[in-house]
Amino acid sequence: METTPQFFRHGPGPLARLVFFVLLSLLLMVMDTRFKYLPGIRQTVAVAVDPLQRMAYFPTEIFDQVSGLFVSRSLVDEIANLRQQHLFDQGKLLGLLALEAENIQLRNLLEMELRMETQSTMAEILYIPNDPFSRKVTLGKGSLSGIQLGQVVVDDVGVIGQITRIYPWLSEVTLITDKDHSVPVQLVRNGLRSMVSGIGEDGTLELRYLAANADIQNGDLLVTSGIDGIYPPGLPVARVSKIESDTTYSFARITCIPAAGVNRNRQVLILSPLPSIPERPGEPVENISEVKKRGKVGLH
Amino acid sequence: MAFIDSSKHKPLSNVGGLFIILSLAVALVLNLLPLHGIALLLRPDCVALLVLYWSINQPQRVSMGASFFMGLMMDVGDASVFGQHALSYSVMSFIALLMHRRLGIFSIHKQVPQVALLLLSAQLVMLLTGILINANLPEWDFLLASVSGGLLWPLLPTLVRIPQRRRPDSDAL
Repeated sequence: METTPQFFRHGPGPLARLVFFVLLSLLLMVMDTRFKYLPGIRQTVAVAVDPLQRMAYFPTEIFDQVSGLFVSRSLVDEIANLRQQHLFDQGKLLGLLALEAENIQLRNLLEMELRMETQSTMAEILYIPNDPFSRKVTLGKGSLSGIQLGQVVVDDVGVIGQITRIYPWLSEVTLITDKDHSVPVQLVRNGLRSMVSGIGEDGTLELRYLAANADIQNGDLLVTSGIDGIYPPGLPVARVSKIESDTTYSFARITCIPAAGVNRNRQVLILSPLPSIPERPGEPVENISEVKKRGKVGLH
Repeated sequence: MAFIDSSKHKPLSNVGGLFIILSLAVALVLNLLPLHGIALLLRPDCVALLVLYWSINQPQRVSMGASFFMGLMMDVGDASVFGQHALSYSVMSFIALLMHRRLGIFSIHKQVPQVALLLLSAQLVMLLTGILINANLPEWDFLLASVSGGLLWPLLPTLVRIPQRRRPDSDAL
């Protein structure tokens, strides 16, 4: 049996140390969740963890490499190029569906600016962290590649999520299935606007606060409405899969299946932030009168 | 951390501080392995297990400070809220510190349920913080990792001693 002689003990007692570490971790958690501000601690730890993480993913990479050897080299390159091309083309095509559905005349009346062409960066999904408390993936591009917080991540089918944390070489994407992560959407069929939120389960989203008699059918496609100024309009988000309208509740329970999935392919596109969004009224802006004018036009 | 580096105060053991750090690093790699499905579900929290092993066998070196730091590493690796793992590991390490003499009385197989409970305490702390920060709540079966971790416990002394030539403290367990 091991003994701990009293004179080898140094520093404060166990309880004092426990209180110290509990307070410290609570402080860190509050700073991380409430204020989204951790002055470089997380980045520093990430530098230490990154090589270990790469080591953990080494076997999968070896497997990928070996399985790649069996295919001829040129073919591999060609396929990779075509895939990239395909992804870029799909990214541009995604907007088409909504373009058809949108009322162009209304846009002219509102004198909206022509939609800016979204630029995009391609990135690879490096890790899918095993945290059971959140739905996230890690991408292999970070602030050194010009990635910014809040950028939208899509695959060739639709929206995957949003960049919520950046490291120099990596960035973390919060998936749209993460609990309470919401995306403003619009029904393609009739233009009904709403919000689709994750409930923390893979492959399930929820349309909240829609009246029980709202015009929604199974199989309706939801695309981003673009009114938030973060998600570009017209990106497919989800498809309605189940509608339960119980008359005892004022809202219908509408379940959707996300259009895109992270387990489908490793390449994703990070869309550049939308450039020409008027500032939200009420925030400190340099040109208040202009914003007010725009706000009035929007209300008509 | 100070608790790892205090090797000059340790006449009892013949385990190098570097060896402990290396073993914790290996555990971290094992925790970050990309697994899916049932393997992911049953994979024990290797870092928690090893932190527990060292805080029971080398309480002067690996204690709450080291556990806290390993927790921070896990937080970054798992992309969870910064401090969540750190909190749960420090609490677990604290309980282990209180229990480590008592645990020594039991044979390694009789320690299994107690170790499983210790691992469970860490997971419950994580669950509690998860509720507090309004995160996704995992299915109940994520607690299975504690059970598998406990079952792995009797093998741990052998596994840890494979790279060592000598038994660190033969009468500890």
